[in-house]
Amino acid sequence: MLLEHAKVLYAIRSAKEIVGRKKLQKMIYIAKRLSFPYQEKFGFHFYGPYSEELTLQVEELVNLGFLEEVKEKKGGYFQYRYKLTDNGEEFLQMNSLNVDEKLEACLCDMNEQSSRFLELVSTILYFDELPKEEIYEKIAKVKGKQNYTKEEIDEAFEYIASLQAKANV
Amino acid sequence: MSYATEKLREEKVFKDPVHRYVHVRDRVIWDLIGTKEFQRLRRIKQLGTTYLTFHGAEHSRFAHSLGVYEIVHRIVDDVFKGRTGWDESDRLLSLCAALLHDLGHGPFSHAFEKVFQLDHEQFTQAIILGDTEVNQVLSMVDKDFPTKVAEVIAKTSDKKLVVSLISSQIDADRMDYLLRDAYYTGVSYGHFDIERIMRVMRPTEEQVVFKKSGMHAVEDYIMSRYQMYWQVYFHPVSRSAEVILTKILQRAKVLYENSYEFKHEPTHFLSFFQGKPTLEDYLKLDEAVVLYYFQVWQEEGDAILKDLCYRFLNRHLFKYIEFDPASQYKMFMELIPLFKKAGIDPDYYLVLDSSSDLPYDFYRPGEEGERLPIQLIMPNNDFRELSRESEIVEAISGKRRTDHKLYYPADLLRDESTNQATKRQIKQLLGVAHKY
Repeated sequence: MLLEHAKVLYAIRSAKEIVGRKKLQKMIYIAKRLSFPYQEKFGFHFYGPYSEELTLQVEELVNLGFLEEVKEKKGGYFQYRYKLTDNGEEFLQMNSLNVDEKLEACLCDMNEQSSRFLELVSTILYFDELPKEEIYEKIAKVKGKQNYTKEEIDEAFEYIASLQAKANV
Repeated sequence: MSYATEKLREEKVFKDPVHRYVHVRDRVIWDLIGTKEFQRLRRIKQLGTTYLTFHGAEHSRFAHSLGVYEIVHRIVDDVFKGRTGWDESDRLLSLCAALLHDLGHGPFSHAFEKVFQLDHEQFTQAIILGDTEVNQVLSMVDKDFPTKVAEVIAKTSDKKLVVSLISSQIDADRMDYLLRDAYYTGVSYGHFDIERIMRVMRPTEEQVVFKKSGMHAVEDYIMSRYQMYWQVYFHPVSRSAEVILTKILQRAKVLYENSYEFKHEPTHFLSFFQGKPTLEDYLKLDEAVVLYYFQVWQEEGDAILKDLCYRFLNRHLFKYIEFDPASQYKMFMELIPLFKKAGIDPDYYLVLDSSSDLPYDFYRPGEEGERLPIQLIMPNNDFRELSRESEIVEAISGKRRTDHKLYYPADLLRDESTNQATKRQIKQLLGVAHKY
């Protein structure tokens, strides 16, 4: 029951706590692209790959009392922190997920990155069918406001390679 | 005259019950409609399993696609033309993207995508960019034109105004499907004044905006949308049919994976079962093909596949109870072994289905979200987000409604000739002992 919800809970528990809705979105998208079994559909939106389904699952998990959501004022905007409640832990244990342990390592690694960087990484993955040089142009076009430098994009490519090695893709 | 600007000698029209007529004068549009990939949409119903609840809902994605094209055609040629903010060179791009936006939909898309892990939007891209008749037509405009159309549909284009015409909280796609689905289902909600809305649309660099004087028509559209979702799109009986359809596909896939020998080789499904359908395989599938298999699978040796197909074709659907996962998930866990004990496979006969809708959302700076808010243009030319001006819209803004239902086969539980005690226990837990 609610297997996809349980996988989201697993991701948040693996990372202990995830700060920011954007970060959570990008972590799940990247995990999916690393062939971990996330099934949410993603489209391209303001901040790169985004899944309405995932937003819905998180809202439901909060409403069900399985996730704790803390809303914090952060300068001109609000930021959300997520972690599992005791009921969430119990629910996750009842849904004995058969998850590859490499997923936890990848999620923890991603959780240490900034959401700005994960936005770049996920956007590169979104366009990864393009030749590499075209990806640089695409990033400049669709992420113009973020002003990513060539060095940042290079670093993101390296990061993707390191995650793929960690996930054995 | 170039192919991009070539006009037909005489305007062609399609009679349409929603817009009265769909008008085509551009050679490119006429040629696109004639492609086999676009004609395939005639064989895919717009509302999937809804016809099992509202028998009139047999209309196709072909009709909807023409409708979206017609709305955009009227907006760009009658409302935007000559206005500041509108670039006439985006006209053909807008028309083509409107016409082709649903090109990748397959038969019963929702169930197919769920079971076979597919994404119709990726197939839309593949059809536009691949070796297809649609691609040939678009490439005759310009070699980069297919990519530009694909980018608008994928929302990765920098032409934000064109994207917002096809994909935003008030766009040609939604306006057509609400009116069309209301018409064909026969429901009285879902209607709004589309002509008024189109008249108050104004182009800006970032998106389409609406004159404040048309706010009430926009409010009516938002409320119509809200009603349609809960009265039609999430109707529990259509969802029951969708649940069974999904389980048929899931069962057929599991049987294939377990080397089951089908009496009728499921040729059209093989690449889907193997997880690698090509574009060619995908385009061969339509509802006629799928329903043919359901028909012949009624004669299969596998009792579950046979039963589910019989249920779907003859509308012997599952019943449901309202379900609250927070307080009842332990009950769900108790039901699983009881179903097994009663000889009813819970993987196929005990299904939790959830529906959720957010009728309108406003943009919160710094937050991740997908929804571009509806902007009103005030008499002093300032922009105001809709929910700040409309109390009706404010009342439902950002409020998601979710509904969970637990589906089960009432007929199997009613039959107490076997496993009577267990079935009674199940009915007790479901709270339906008094009914069956």
